[in-house]
Amino acid sequence: MQVKRIDDKFKFLRSEGRKAFIAYVTAGDPDLAATRALALGLEASGVDILELGIPFSDPIADGPTIQAASYRALAGKTTLKKIFAMVEDLRSVTDIPIIFMTYYNPVLRYGLKEFFVSCRKCGVDGVIVPDLPFEEAADLTALAKHYAVAAIFLAAPTSTPDRIKAIAKVSKGFIYYVSLTGVTGARRELPKDISSKIKEIISVTEKPVAVGFGVSQAKQAAQIAGLADGVIVGSAIVKIISEKKNIMPRVFRFAKSLAKAIHEA
Amino acid sequence: MLPDNRGYFGCFGGKFAPETLMAAIYELERSYKGAKRSVSFKREFEYYLREYAGRPTGLYFAKRLTAKCRGAKIYLKREDLLHTGAHKINNTIGQALLAIRMGKKKLIAETGAGQHGVATATVAALFGLECEVFMGDEDIKRQAINVFKMKILGAKVTPVHSGSKTLKDAMNEAMRDWVTNVRTTYYVIGSVAGPHPYPMIVRDFQSIIGRETRRQALRKIGKLPDYIVACVGGGSNAMGIFYAFLKDKVKLIGLEAAGLGINTSHHAATLCKGSIGVLHGSKSYILQDGDGQIKIAHSISAGLDYPGVGPEHAYLKDSGRVKYYAVKDKEALEGFKILTETEGIIPALESSHAIYYAVKLAGRLSKDKTIVVCLSGRGDKDIDIVRGVI
Repeated sequence: MQVKRIDDKFKFLRSEGRKAFIAYVTAGDPDLAATRALALGLEASGVDILELGIPFSDPIADGPTIQAASYRALAGKTTLKKIFAMVEDLRSVTDIPIIFMTYYNPVLRYGLKEFFVSCRKCGVDGVIVPDLPFEEAADLTALAKHYAVAAIFLAAPTSTPDRIKAIAKVSKGFIYYVSLTGVTGARRELPKDISSKIKEIISVTEKPVAVGFGVSQAKQAAQIAGLADGVIVGSAIVKIISEKKNIMPRVFRFAKSLAKAIHEA
Repeated sequence: MLPDNRGYFGCFGGKFAPETLMAAIYELERSYKGAKRSVSFKREFEYYLREYAGRPTGLYFAKRLTAKCRGAKIYLKREDLLHTGAHKINNTIGQALLAIRMGKKKLIAETGAGQHGVATATVAALFGLECEVFMGDEDIKRQAINVFKMKILGAKVTPVHSGSKTLKDAMNEAMRDWVTNVRTTYYVIGSVAGPHPYPMIVRDFQSIIGRETRRQALRKIGKLPDYIVACVGGGSNAMGIFYAFLKDKVKLIGLEAAGLGINTSHHAATLCKGSIGVLHGSKSYILQDGDGQIKIAHSISAGLDYPGVGPEHAYLKDSGRVKYYAVKDKEALEGFKILTETEGIIPALESSHAIYYAVKLAGRLSKDKTIVVCLSGRGDKDIDIVRGVI
């Protein structure tokens, strides 16, 4: 049961009184061997859950940093099939919960059922589809449930109270709160309404709430860890990867500083 | 009545948008429902179409073109005579009035050929709204005059450098901006694409083309035409002219851009050669590779250079009600030339695809048949491109 890896992780962290550090990298950027090494190194640096971005040609929810990472991964001929194989290989050495962040079209093209069969077979624990709101997701959630993969839904600052309730109900593993109205990417400041909105979500669900989009510094991560169950950092990590030089040690040093901020908050 | 209440035309359409936009999408749906019922909204929309845009447009009998084809009579629905030079203004007037009704102060839009961008910048100037238009870098080069027009109309033109630097990427960037400024901004989508309710809204605002054509045909020809022919990129002019005839025995034909040929990798024939997928908010036919990555479309006409198509066209293709074929760049240029020479009308390269097909079709039909071509825009914007290739 794979959704279990995510649930167990949050349960364990809760029992320790700690918050989850969820790190995002685009799979295949700069290549899949690097992604594999990054995954293991990030885990060793204190990352609790790994989010792998599936590169897509038209990533409408992503800012320039992750767009560029997607194009690099696609230029290196990264495909969903190869990413599944890489994850399957990773599973022989790690039990860290792994989540795919993917646009809907690559999943549809792969075949919705085949996608979840592969998730199950290769050890992918959850999936986030940013262009699939819950009202379009009945097929996906049914298959996800059948194959014990967590279908994780996003809530946004513009989500109405009714939508938040529906999202909290349908989302498995955790609820991904998008901290701001906008695309992914580092921001200097977090929005002011963030704490009230997180409280609103927490008040309607027992499920963990993790917050992403815009978080780039240890200080911001600590602030969010004080409010929610998990902190998601993507673009700030991807930016280091894009700089090509000395990627691994720099990414891991940065991840350690974030892990410290989140776990000690 | 399609779309259904979930925004589907059969299995096509829907609302595949980020959660951040969903509240705004429902707000738009509600506001449009209200506007549709409002007599004053309808009156105002019709006022601007008539007094400002120049409706009704003529249904012109192309006598010399017909004589040259030696077959069916060809009529042209003259959307090229509208203010700003294309059918796009029908939709932007409607959506600007909707934006005002919703209390939005800023319009954003994507544009390929620049016609929709100009039409949006125009209504923004008309109604005193702020305007930003996203346009692929490649298209900015191809359509310099339209870029300048948008600027003097007071719009900010934001170049898009990502991906293929054409219409699809402009649409990506417009959606990203909308996600960011969703509380204050109205996104004016220019085609019958995007998440529901856009395909319905744009179709409804463009459906004036078909309603006029119907009335004019009955008056001038004494019956409905046998064929209606229109070019299809995203598909707004085609949807606009087809919609009033869906229940009639009129043969409807949509022409996509075959670019260098539909068996090459350089075309934009989404319905003829694409497969089902999700792009820019709706499920429809798209051009994609085996991994679900969107392919780069190609057409000599920037307005058809799009790897997706409106979901209602996908439905009409599968139901068989509309036939879709593809016309190559070279053939479109032939269409461009023949209309210019026989009728003194310089058509947009987009519309030239439909002209070419109509000319071939007319030659195969008897003289008692009639064909209406939707002449969706005029060709002034394409002069540099045409000069470059002939």
